[in-house]
Amino acid sequence: MPDVQALVNDFLIKLKKRKIEGSQATARQAAELLRSVISQQRVPYTNQAGALIDAVRAVGEQLISANPVELAVGNIVRRVLHIIREENLSLATAAIAGLNLSAASDGDDDDDGERDEHTVLSAAAVAASARSTLRPPSLQTLLEDMPESATIPHTTSSGGDSEGKSKSADKSSRTRRLKHDIIEAVNELIQDITTCHEQIAEQAIEHIHQNEVILTLGSSKTVLEFLYAAKEKRRSFRVFVAEGAPRYQGHLLAKELVARGLQTTLITDSAVFAIISRVNMVIVGAHAVMANGGVIAPVGLNMVALAAQKHAVPFVVLAGSHKLNGNKWNVYSVTQKMFGIPFSALYSVGVSLCSLCPLYPHNPEVLLNELRSPSELLDFGEFSDCLDFGSGTGSPLLHVVNPAFDYVPPKLVSLFITDTGGHNPSYMYRLIADYYSADDLVVRGRIASGN
Amino acid sequence: MDARRATTTVPRVRQVGFFTPNAPPAQPSRTHSFPLDSSSPPLSNSPVNNSLSPVMIPPSRHLSDNLVHRATSPLPVPEPSAFRRPIRSHYVAVVGSYNPTESLLGSSPPLASPSSRVIGDGEFSEESSAGWFRRSNSAKFASSFSGAFDLTSVKSSETGGFHQVKKPVVAQPKEEKSGAAAFVEPQINKVLSSSSSTKPLKEKTTKAERRALQEAQRAAKAAAKDMTVSVGVSTSKPVKHQPAQRKDAPPPASSIAVSDRKGVERSMEKERRKDIPAPRMQFDDKSRVEKAKKRAVVNQSEARNRVELFRHLPQYEHGTQLPDLESKFFQLDPMHPAVYKVGLQYLAGDISGGNARCIAMLQAFQEVIKDYSTPPEKSLTRDLTAKISSFVSFFTECRPLSMSMGNTIRFLKSRIAKLPLTFSESEAKASLCADIDRFINEKIVLADNVIIRHAVTKIMDGDVLLTYGSSCVVEMILLYAHELGKQFRVVIVDSRPKLKGQALLRRLVGKGLSCTYTHINAVSYIMHEVTRVFLGSSSVLSNGTVYSRVGTACVAMVAHAFHVPVLICCEAYKFHERVLLDSICSNELGDPDALSKVPGRMDINYLDDLTNKDNMQLLNLMYDATPSEYVSMIITDYGMIPPTSVPVIVREYGREYLWI
Repeated sequence: MPDVQALVNDFLIKLKKRKIEGSQATARQAAELLRSVISQQRVPYTNQAGALIDAVRAVGEQLISANPVELAVGNIVRRVLHIIREENLSLATAAIAGLNLSAASDGDDDDDGERDEHTVLSAAAVAASARSTLRPPSLQTLLEDMPESATIPHTTSSGGDSEGKSKSADKSSRTRRLKHDIIEAVNELIQDITTCHEQIAEQAIEHIHQNEVILTLGSSKTVLEFLYAAKEKRRSFRVFVAEGAPRYQGHLLAKELVARGLQTTLITDSAVFAIISRVNMVIVGAHAVMANGGVIAPVGLNMVALAAQKHAVPFVVLAGSHKLNGNKWNVYSVTQKMFGIPFSALYSVGVSLCSLCPLYPHNPEVLLNELRSPSELLDFGEFSDCLDFGSGTGSPLLHVVNPAFDYVPPKLVSLFITDTGGHNPSYMYRLIADYYSADDLVVRGRIASGN
Repeated sequence: MDARRATTTVPRVRQVGFFTPNAPPAQPSRTHSFPLDSSSPPLSNSPVNNSLSPVMIPPSRHLSDNLVHRATSPLPVPEPSAFRRPIRSHYVAVVGSYNPTESLLGSSPPLASPSSRVIGDGEFSEESSAGWFRRSNSAKFASSFSGAFDLTSVKSSETGGFHQVKKPVVAQPKEEKSGAAAFVEPQINKVLSSSSSTKPLKEKTTKAERRALQEAQRAAKAAAKDMTVSVGVSTSKPVKHQPAQRKDAPPPASSIAVSDRKGVERSMEKERRKDIPAPRMQFDDKSRVEKAKKRAVVNQSEARNRVELFRHLPQYEHGTQLPDLESKFFQLDPMHPAVYKVGLQYLAGDISGGNARCIAMLQAFQEVIKDYSTPPEKSLTRDLTAKISSFVSFFTECRPLSMSMGNTIRFLKSRIAKLPLTFSESEAKASLCADIDRFINEKIVLADNVIIRHAVTKIMDGDVLLTYGSSCVVEMILLYAHELGKQFRVVIVDSRPKLKGQALLRRLVGKGLSCTYTHINAVSYIMHEVTRVFLGSSSVLSNGTVYSRVGTACVAMVAHAFHVPVLICCEAYKFHERVLLDSICSNELGDPDALSKVPGRMDINYLDDLTNKDNMQLLNLMYDATPSEYVSMIITDYGMIPPTSVPVIVREYGREYLWI
């Protein structure tokens, strides 16, 4: 446990100092950290899943508060929580199924089974209800649930002494299996995160045609891989890269693209409007995708999106699924931290997850933003004489604003390309429902409120 | 000539009658009576006409009144030489076409007979006396005549209208040369008296009126100049001059005029077609580039790695020409040192900004003109024009001319071309220098003042004003508003690679303004708090497109998306009759290497070793075109106009700078 705490602290410091760049790296490291948390966590005999959830949640809360605008961390925490729940549930349902089978075969009526029956019943009810919240409401589950709930009372009126014994043995095996399954699933998640580039890049050929002119801004590994994948398939096209002041990540991207043999032209950010009339498609990466299909993206992209809309150029956002997650709820917690809005007000809204929440957080470009150092814009050496100017009240005359992110509203986004395929902005909320369980979204906020 | 005039005149006069119900009785009679006694001294008629003029200026109520006024104001004009019927006919054309513009501009000043105000201002007398002393006999007449004209029709602020008078004046000196001097003086007296008689008509002067007055004076001046010039030219070839004047008559907007104007119109169309500026040099045209290279003074090598999309624009290796040129400073024989200096400053980027470049160029030309002496067996007009052209091409090699500079050069050349042949060399030089001074003063300095006064009215307490880059007009506006004690905040948005905003930031903070500085990517972040956007502009094109520092379009677009009004501040001499739809066809390429280096950020050096790679290009655009839909208002020296009114300004005032 102490070594886990050391790992957590290490990661926290990195997050706080913004040492980790890019949501993909952050997501992967967060997932790895949580994996080690899970594996180190000592699991009690009963309610292992609850213990794991609590542990992950405690760590996750620290991580999120370390860098509230790095939404990928929160997403991964939620994702892991979701995995834990799901694995627990699948085990539970498997056990119940087994139980039902054995009960049916026994066929005897026993007075002893009264207590046991009660627990099994409640477990089945929990499983059924959890299932209905987790699983998409497919026709099959709907049909499945109905007879199950009806049959449970009389079929499970069994469970003898022999059963109790076998059950305990089953439980101990389940404990080990649960943890094992969870770690397997988290590994899968890490795998997904690391390979999402490839999965997204595989779709490049469907979207880039010969002689295309593509504009991008700043640097994104996903975009780089996407473009390179198209080039690999012998499509020849040219790329305009806006440099993305004040971080000039565009220079980095341009360098990479040139090294890989793509026709690359570097332009200033101000020339975006001038150039966009000759561009066929804008392809950018995202920092995070909101539940409503809005995008938190590197600063400057709102301008690009507006220009693209003006010239009817498709604005395509590449995002791994670790990005497109329940950010809506994260926003609540942030909002709450910033303004001390009582959570109860948000809670009631938060429960109705699947209906796309009309109470969308106000001003995401301000609230979900991060202001970076002014030294990226102004040389303090040159402006030191101006910086201490003060009008009589003592407030300085000179302010420097250097935000890190932009919010691109969903109406400006033409398409999301994720590792699960292309999606409309309006579909994002549905994907989010697939990846996260409603409980975690809400609980996240409650923890934040308690904080 | 006379016969032809007689035939064409009559119907046109009838149009005048249509416009002004009380005028027709007087006018036709005059036209019919005067053709014959063209040689008779015009003095006899003038008192009558003069007494007419104040009576006929009605108090304005709405547009139709305006029309009436327009029609009547020219009436007194023919009085000095009533035999010149065409004057009136041309005025009619003016009447028809100008009034719509007035309404369009929305700046039509109240018609409280401004003529008297002219006198009060003392401007007129000054002008006329200048003409008196400076010009030869015929010129004297012209100037004084224009003065008279000026007074009676001051109201019409467009100079284009005055230009129409050219033809009659042209005719005048030949017939009247002897009598000209004689009638000049009484003319002035008479004018004075008439003006004093009109004075009681108006009681108070509003701001708009004063502005109208100012413009009227400027127009009057221009008219005066125009006269003298045309006189000089016409003495040499009067007949040929005819079509040239016609082309300048704007298309008649009045429906009545259409039928008998058709012939004229066709010729005008032809002339106008000629008037369209020649297409710019396209640098993907190999043969022409080669030719240009042979002539070039600046020895430059073309950049290797050019962007395909911009092959038609010149791009050279930066930094290579400067030392070479500097070493040649004392060897270049034909180049004037002042021109050379300014050229080098353009090249090095020491002078930038539309106004600064324009002024530097004009002052260099002034030096050139002062030091100029006509070589033997050459005419000043032609030789000097050729010389100026060669200097201009040198400037172009140093840095492509801005559109405003193109306008300025056109002005200067037209001034040279219109120098009276009777002028001695020193007279011509003095007149040109004075013209340049006046251009700088009126078109740039005074225009800026007017713009500032207009723009300040749009700044309220508590405003957050956003500006982009560094525009000198916007800076003056901000400082003036600050001086007036308005409480506002300034957001300065800047962009690479020039980072002009930093200098502006320093100056504004030094003056005590509260500033926020950010870069162009953050513009949509900062736009939430902004209440107005003030932008400068390099040129405003006649489809309302604003051609300006690259990034202006982005800022305007974001402001538009956030429903923040965008105000463009631009002097009218920068208006250009070209049209642009995008920023690709016409632009300027800056030094591409400026992109790869980020000053003050040593950590960003990704591109250091890549600039010579084949598939890597750096594109440093200098300008972009902002669509007119993003522009809420253009503040210019003629007032605050919507972008849709730009073509009107270009058409009506556009030629004004040619006869300032």
